[in-house]
Amino acid sequence: MLRFVARRLIQLVPILFGLSILLFVWVRALPGGPAQALLGEKATPERVAAIEAQFGLNEPIWKQYLAFLGRIVRLDFGSSLQTNQPVVDEMLRRFPATIELAILALLIAVAIGIPLGYLAAKRHNTWFDGTSVALSLLGIAIPVFFLAYLLKFLFAVKLGWLPTTGRQDPRLDVAHPTGFYVLDGLITGNPAAAWDAFKHLVLPALALGTIPLAIIARITRASVLDVVNEDYVRTAEAKGLQARTVTRRHVLRNALLPVITVIGLQLGLLMSGAVLTETVFAYSGVGKFLADGLLKRDFPTIQAFILVIAVSYVIVNLVVDILYGLIDPRVRVR
Amino acid sequence: MALLEVRDLGVRFTRRGRRALVAVDGVSFDVDSGQTVGIVGESGCGKSVTSLAIMRLLPRRGVELSGAVRFAGEDLLAKSQDQMRDIRGQDIAMIFQDPMTSLNPVITVGLQLTEVLERHQGASRGEAKAEAAALLRRVGIPDPVRRLGEYPHQLSGGMRQRVMIAIALACRPRLLIADEPTTALDVTIQAQILELLRLLVDETGAALIMITHDLGVVAGLCETVHVMYAGRVVETAPRHDLFARPTHPYTGGLLGSIPRLDAARGEPLHPIRGSAGDAIPWSRGCAFAPRCTRRTPECVDGPPAVFHLAPDHSARCIHPVLHDLPETEPVP
Repeated sequence: MLRFVARRLIQLVPILFGLSILLFVWVRALPGGPAQALLGEKATPERVAAIEAQFGLNEPIWKQYLAFLGRIVRLDFGSSLQTNQPVVDEMLRRFPATIELAILALLIAVAIGIPLGYLAAKRHNTWFDGTSVALSLLGIAIPVFFLAYLLKFLFAVKLGWLPTTGRQDPRLDVAHPTGFYVLDGLITGNPAAAWDAFKHLVLPALALGTIPLAIIARITRASVLDVVNEDYVRTAEAKGLQARTVTRRHVLRNALLPVITVIGLQLGLLMSGAVLTETVFAYSGVGKFLADGLLKRDFPTIQAFILVIAVSYVIVNLVVDILYGLIDPRVRVR
Repeated sequence: MALLEVRDLGVRFTRRGRRALVAVDGVSFDVDSGQTVGIVGESGCGKSVTSLAIMRLLPRRGVELSGAVRFAGEDLLAKSQDQMRDIRGQDIAMIFQDPMTSLNPVITVGLQLTEVLERHQGASRGEAKAEAAALLRRVGIPDPVRRLGEYPHQLSGGMRQRVMIAIALACRPRLLIADEPTTALDVTIQAQILELLRLLVDETGAALIMITHDLGVVAGLCETVHVMYAGRVVETAPRHDLFARPTHPYTGGLLGSIPRLDAARGEPLHPIRGSAGDAIPWSRGCAFAPRCTRRTPECVDGPPAVFHLAPDHSARCIHPVLHDLPETEPVP
């Protein structure tokens, strides 16, 4: 198993290299070159030349690439054009918010999606199955921002159960040692603050988690339907095992393999979905910062964001691979 | 009283908006303690469905069971699924056709063995493990302790079927149902597995129902044989009697279709004409009539009566093949 993990880690190296090259080329392929892109269409040639000299854009391309790599390794992405702060600092400040949001969204999706899919498969061809399939189709089809507005209108505006925007009631006096507001409230001994932060999370997380929930439910249903007809499930029944043992050990263990892959892929989707959700709920996470950055041609921020998303995709896939290896012994030998 | 009494067993598959399909129709037979019984027939004749019905392993929805299945005097068809879970694996065990797919690929061979011991014998993890190793040794798997920690994909097909046999016999069941246990295996392995089954059944005193399409398997193993066609038993006889005096034309056709090593070169094979799909419903006449060489108009004049050649030899046919063997007179 350790050898398996080590092999997967080594396979990461070429992937990360390829990624850095893509990112490097992207900036240099911007219309008019990076300096022009940075300064806008009305920049004077002198200003462009000054910027090119400042960022070493006249150097040979391989030298530029090495310098670029060196900056990435030092996590130096330059300064955000929106705030003039280093992009890394801006990212670090906002990342906990997005991670908090993504985790709750994924928790909702998994905690509801898997049981829903399982029950639908168990009650195959009944009204329950039909309803859940129809609902999951709706969940996949509904645009995130529309659902976000709908939830906000119903639960925050009409019913007033939950806050409409933000991460925390600004009137609360709270310390934020980690930047994860729910966690901060708990470790600073302020459960009221934690509860308030949680309430701010619920609606964005619901909006963000709906698509993954629907997809997870569908995949689980299809996968369970496949597995219950497998010969080894019949063998398990022929052994007279308890129903729950058959379900847990023989059906779910096999049926969850494709579901895990899908969950991994959904994590990436959560990141891009966060852009819309955070904007609707004025939730100051990475997604909102990126959305603002896109409008203001904040290339250092966009570049850093792409890198971070790509790296987290790679890491999530690594985790999925390892989980797969843990559950399915056949993967380990390959 | 026989260990297992199957009386007028019927299995109908129903689906909304479609005509019900009768897979098993009025099947009756007995299995005594320690006896080996063969059920022979082509694919789709209902032999597997019969065994799954006895085990109550058919899906609940869309399946109608009728008749009675009495095991040690108790009607299995009247039992709840929970009660059946106590019987399956403990009193009646089953071996399936394809060992490549019948074991769970993601858990160890050891766990698949010990879970049945823990379930039915209340064995602890440690006891179950020791017992599992002993079981693997008994079915002829070398280095059993190491094998317990391996996964099914690390074993060959023959090994896996041995594991299946070990699982089935783990709790010393009184009845073992083997559904085509050698069909998916190489010919040489087939012989080994059959030999192992015969040995272990003798040793444990379990009764055996061998379900197969292979008359060779029956010839080597079974005391009594039931030949099934289109969901019904068409001939029942002791093994030797069946091979010496096949009375139903279908049985004769099956035996005649076996290629012989001592046949003259170039002699054509003798298949049964048509296919099993040509059957007509038993309520309207003999299902085999469309393919039968002895067919007359009376054959499709309602369900055929059962002809008794001897007390233990019967055939569902109105034109049975009578062999003039001097020692027994046909009993009308």
